[in-house]
Amino acid sequence: MIKVKGLTKEFIRKGRDGKMATKKAVDDLSFEIAQGEIFGLLGPNGAGKTTTIRMLTMQTRKTSGEIKYNGISIEKNEKAIKAMIGVVPQHINFDMDLTVGQNMELHGRLHHMDKHQRQERIQELLNYIELEDTVNMSPRQLSGGMKRRLLIARALIHKPQILFMDEPTVALDPQVRHRIWDLIREMAAQGVTVLLTTHYIEEAENLCNRVAIINKGKLVDIDTPASFCQQMGRYTVEWQTEEGRQFKFFDSKEEAAGFVATLDSSHIRRSNLEDVFIELTGRREGI
Amino acid sequence: MLWQDIWTVFWRDWVVLRRRLKKFIFSRMVAPLLYMVAFGWGLGRSIQVTGGSYLDFLVPGILALNSMNISFNSVTPVHSERIYHKSLEEYIIAPVIPEAFVIGKMLAAVLRGLISSAIILLLAGLFGAQLQLSALFLLVLVLNCIIFSEIGFFAAMTISTYEEMGQVNTYILLPMSFLCGTFFSVHTLPDLVRYAIQMLPLTHTSYLLRGIALSQPVALTSVIVLILYALLFFGMARWAYLRLTK
Repeated sequence: MIKVKGLTKEFIRKGRDGKMATKKAVDDLSFEIAQGEIFGLLGPNGAGKTTTIRMLTMQTRKTSGEIKYNGISIEKNEKAIKAMIGVVPQHINFDMDLTVGQNMELHGRLHHMDKHQRQERIQELLNYIELEDTVNMSPRQLSGGMKRRLLIARALIHKPQILFMDEPTVALDPQVRHRIWDLIREMAAQGVTVLLTTHYIEEAENLCNRVAIINKGKLVDIDTPASFCQQMGRYTVEWQTEEGRQFKFFDSKEEAAGFVATLDSSHIRRSNLEDVFIELTGRREGI
Repeated sequence: MLWQDIWTVFWRDWVVLRRRLKKFIFSRMVAPLLYMVAFGWGLGRSIQVTGGSYLDFLVPGILALNSMNISFNSVTPVHSERIYHKSLEEYIIAPVIPEAFVIGKMLAAVLRGLISSAIILLLAGLFGAQLQLSALFLLVLVLNCIIFSEIGFFAAMTISTYEEMGQVNTYILLPMSFLCGTFFSVHTLPDLVRYAIQMLPLTHTSYLLRGIALSQPVALTSVIVLILYALLFFGMARWAYLRLTK
């Protein structure tokens, strides 16, 4: 469905010495996403996740590389591709001069939906996210969780085949986060392809069929969360030394227990995506 | 599809304007009312102009500067939509023709400019001004609104801070408001200054509006100049919008 090959984005910025310098925000990124898949881009802050989404959604131009949707290059049919994608941005970007309903209507109009289609779909989605009473309210009057749900609903009005979600649960409490996860799973079950960026390891582990770990603009690895953990060792022994927290990974619980016996104080737990992330990027992020 | 997209962009601004129409109308009455009282009644009694009263001379100038200010400032909220609220992204990610966005915003600014011009004409009538209105008069007003909405759009798309947006008003619009034949004839100015001022679009608007309103002969080359300015600034506004995704 989506094929990305050698995607690169360079920005020209003034360096510390006052001279103009080129910085690669995304560096030779390649991956493919299948229809109905929930694909995660996992990386620390500044890894290039948002820039990647912005290139895929044509909000910024790539420096080089190739992006294809169903075999069609984005340069060839920008309008048709824009019609099949939905975008949930990281920041709340409602038009604050419009009501909730008018924000939804504007989106429907921008996607050339007729009046009847728009009204039916807006009602359906507001019911779905349980915000049907907010139609005449200003987005300013909504809580953070309500705004996030509304952002997702807005992106779904024109029934996109692919949904891009940039940090969809950032700064939300656990209850709301789980509610949004359910929403994303339901959409994927209906055949919508989802590409989400997150720096919450737990989010990627719970939601994604596959995860691409990126760091400093480069792809580190792509796999399923379970395979990542298995490759590294399914059990983690964690202990404290003067240098800080130490980790060692084992394929079986017995091996891990044998190692624990040699230490004064330690504990065994199942490996998770955070361990993989730290191993691959050397950085601790998210939870 | 182009017309549908233009209508969508215009619709958004119309929804906002409709909700605030009363406030908009009353707030737009203040400045022209003050101009007419101060310069028309007050100062105007001691000023002699050829071909009519100073009020008749003044109103076309007020119309020119007011339509300039209103149309420019109608579009500048796009700056905060781009930089602060980021609601502009909704248009960028949608399958909308880029030109439609520029034209839609421009038309909404023209509407605001024409509403405020109608208010001024109404007030001027109450103050006793006697002006001749025609289709050409309306065309010149529309062209003036188009030009300054395009300049506002270009500024909103290229300037990065709120303070700098304010500086456009201070360094460009404010001097034009006073110098471009709005309150006095530019013929009294030194040659070099006059030549420079005569190149500005607002000067042509002032000349044309005054000439038509006072039934004096007007230079149609000024209409052509305004059309050329409108085309030039449309190109610049379009370029600035497309540049956002580069």
